[in-house]
Amino acid sequence: MRVTVRLFAGLRDIAGSSELRIDLPENATAGSLWDSLATEHSELAKYRNVISTAVNEDYAKLDCTLSDGDEVAFLPPVSGGQHNDSNLSPVTDV
Amino acid sequence: MVVSPFLITNAPLKIEQVVKAVYDATNSTSVRHGAVTSFIGQVRGQNSGKQVLKLEYEAYEPLAIKTFERIETEAQSRWPDIVMALHHRLGILAVGETSVAIAASSPHRAESFAACRYAIERIKQIAPIWKHEFFEGGDIWIEGATADPDDEDAREDAYRRACV
Repeated sequence: MRVTVRLFAGLRDIAGSSELRIDLPENATAGSLWDSLATEHSELAKYRNVISTAVNEDYAKLDCTLSDGDEVAFLPPVSGGQHNDSNLSPVTDV
Repeated sequence: MVVSPFLITNAPLKIEQVVKAVYDATNSTSVRHGAVTSFIGQVRGQNSGKQVLKLEYEAYEPLAIKTFERIETEAQSRWPDIVMALHHRLGILAVGETSVAIAASSPHRAESFAACRYAIERIKQIAPIWKHEFFEGGDIWIEGATADPDDEDAREDAYRRACV
């Protein structure tokens, strides 16, 4: 099967492309797709635990199984300040 | 002209537009709200001690619009009568330009202030929008938190900030 990959911001800069068409084996997951990208572009590997994933324009988990024609977007951390569970530290951006 | 309540655009933002969007949305009901709160986020001249030259914003647009809709729905689960408009700018912005404009309308002022604050906190947490900062001597993609709409701790944090 073939899927479309969308990459944004810092991820796009590393991969050198905002959109890729990739052939995958049946039963591939978003996570296995990410791992194959990170094998090709080693600088991506450090993002594995901080990216978000969207499949067909909805947030999804890395373990979700992909289908032919899916659009899979990998989203680096967004611009918002880190939240802190224990206190209401001032937000320093905006 | 009808103003879309949820918008991602390369065009300059006007606060009047988000206010009009919530005004028009509440005009179609028989009961006019008593309060509209608005918020403008603009490009700051200094960040982390550096002089900012410009910012570039990028988004995954269809998911960003869905996320804006989700944020309104979340707000309505806390404050049922809230009506909201969220507009975000993309592209290259100079210092002082408006990057985000929000309006929240409600029958009474407390809810509209809280919902407006809640909305900007949630945009920062979960909207797929990225900021590329250009400063004297370099540039960097600002990478804060992983966007996870189902992270209840983050959502609760936004709620607490909104109700301070």
